[in-house]
Amino acid sequence: MDSLFILLLFVLILAIFLGFELINKVPSTLHTPLMSGANAISGITIVGAILSSGSESVVLTTILGTGAVFFATINVVGGYLVTNRMLGMFKKK
Amino acid sequence: MNIFFQSELFVNLSYILASILFIFGLKMLSSPETAQRGNLISALGMLLAIIVTLMSNSIISYQWLSIALIAGALVGASAASFVKMTTMPELVALFNGFGGIASLLVGSAEFLNITSSLSSIALTAVFLTVLIGGVTFSGSLLAFGKLSEIIDGKPFQYIGQRVVLGTFVIFAFIMGIEIVADSGLLGISRFYLLISLIFFALVLGILLTAPIGGADMPVIIALLNSYSGVAAAAAGFVINNNVLIVAGSLVGASGLILTNIMCKAMNRSLMNVLFGGFGAVSSSGANTSGEIQGEVKPINTSDAYLILEAANSVLFVPGYGMAVSQAQHSVRELGELLEENGCEVNYGIHPVAGRMPGHMNVLLAEANVSYDLLVEPDDVNPIMDTVDVCVVIGANDVVNPDARENEGSPIYGMPVIEVDRAKTVFILKRSMASGFAGIDNPLFLKENSRMLFGDAKESISTLVSEFKS
Repeated sequence: MDSLFILLLFVLILAIFLGFELINKVPSTLHTPLMSGANAISGITIVGAILSSGSESVVLTTILGTGAVFFATINVVGGYLVTNRMLGMFKKK
Repeated sequence: MNIFFQSELFVNLSYILASILFIFGLKMLSSPETAQRGNLISALGMLLAIIVTLMSNSIISYQWLSIALIAGALVGASAASFVKMTTMPELVALFNGFGGIASLLVGSAEFLNITSSLSSIALTAVFLTVLIGGVTFSGSLLAFGKLSEIIDGKPFQYIGQRVVLGTFVIFAFIMGIEIVADSGLLGISRFYLLISLIFFALVLGILLTAPIGGADMPVIIALLNSYSGVAAAAAGFVINNNVLIVAGSLVGASGLILTNIMCKAMNRSLMNVLFGGFGAVSSSGANTSGEIQGEVKPINTSDAYLILEAANSVLFVPGYGMAVSQAQHSVRELGELLEENGCEVNYGIHPVAGRMPGHMNVLLAEANVSYDLLVEPDDVNPIMDTVDVCVVIGANDVVNPDARENEGSPIYGMPVIEVDRAKTVFILKRSMASGFAGIDNPLFLKENSRMLFGDAKESISTLVSEFKS
């Protein structure tokens, strides 16, 4: 068995448990910002997109990678900004 | 450029730091005081991950890359800045879909890159990335269409739903097995294999989202949110990258928690939400108890004003109707006038009120309502007997007393806000039509209920001007 795969699997399992622990008790006030903030984090796939787009190995890979960069950037930039805008409105008087 | 900053060690250390920032950011997102800083910290992590990746020496050409980055940033920033708060559910769904398609494209790009030879583990990851990314994409787009009312928001149900869904799942897995095994038995090239998989994934996303409508939307939105994380984590296995796996799993887990909270708030299992769809099926046969008796008692705004003026404690219970009529600003104004009048004002928010998790909270926050006035059903139900007036604004199923009293009701057992136990209940409603679930609501016929017919925003505004005069 591939030892790198085992290592990655290990990271995956631990991160899932960490995720459940982290967000276990969220007040319902924050459900939407949590969702859109988490959504922005899922744009991390941009890292893979950048590597595919810039590697210039095969034309098709570059094209698909560039598309991925475009969509992932919308996800990341839009996601963080809109979450920030929403959270700016949550005030306690 | 300095060799160290391009070294694998530096890149990986930066990815670890980015993961730490994501973890802290998410942690801080779960408390109102720290949430905004948490979001910034998580954004910092993302920026770091992007910059180190851009500096990597495997990047040869920046031409298309930079165009895509700039175009994406412009589109994302303008969408985020100009969208109205009431259309937030649509926007979240759309961004989510873009995350899904990005993962799908990353998986496809690696699969079609003949210069990289992928192990069977990586090929399995390609299959999962494309499948989940595709489901996320088409599912989110359909959810976007339904929420923005481009497409009819009603649940689309048909006989043999599960069979059709199951068939497409099998098709997708056949493609997956062939992608990994590469046996050539299907007689189609890698390219067409991938295209077929993408097609099946997109259809699956639609099949999964189509039967879900209206009040069940918060569940599917939370679930799709989770999928986008899982797709990113799967993409991490394709390119052997830890930061994708960590960030993706965190999102996957948080989305699942939200999905679970939404299901619990409706006292239904995820399976029941995904396949049961009582919204379309049970519209008949709900009113079987025969016990519901009484008459609808309308009230006008002048009388409502007199009761509110004398009240010592008022609880507003908003639902999707408040979002539709954009009444949140008027509601806040009325709330403030009541407070000046010496009345205690709170807002009872049901977790599934609206079309996405936390929908009502966002609208009221936009209208400047302090978040500590927003109370959850568990906090408000025990003190409901002391509430003088409950004002139900465009909510229906989440205040239905049948959930406690009528065992024959489809929503029996669902935790609701028990407004009928308050001394007086005002129900702001356009007409006597039933709620999304198509279930009769005996609340309207209760002794202490008064119907205030008309547009919620207009009714509240009239009350506000009565207070001012």
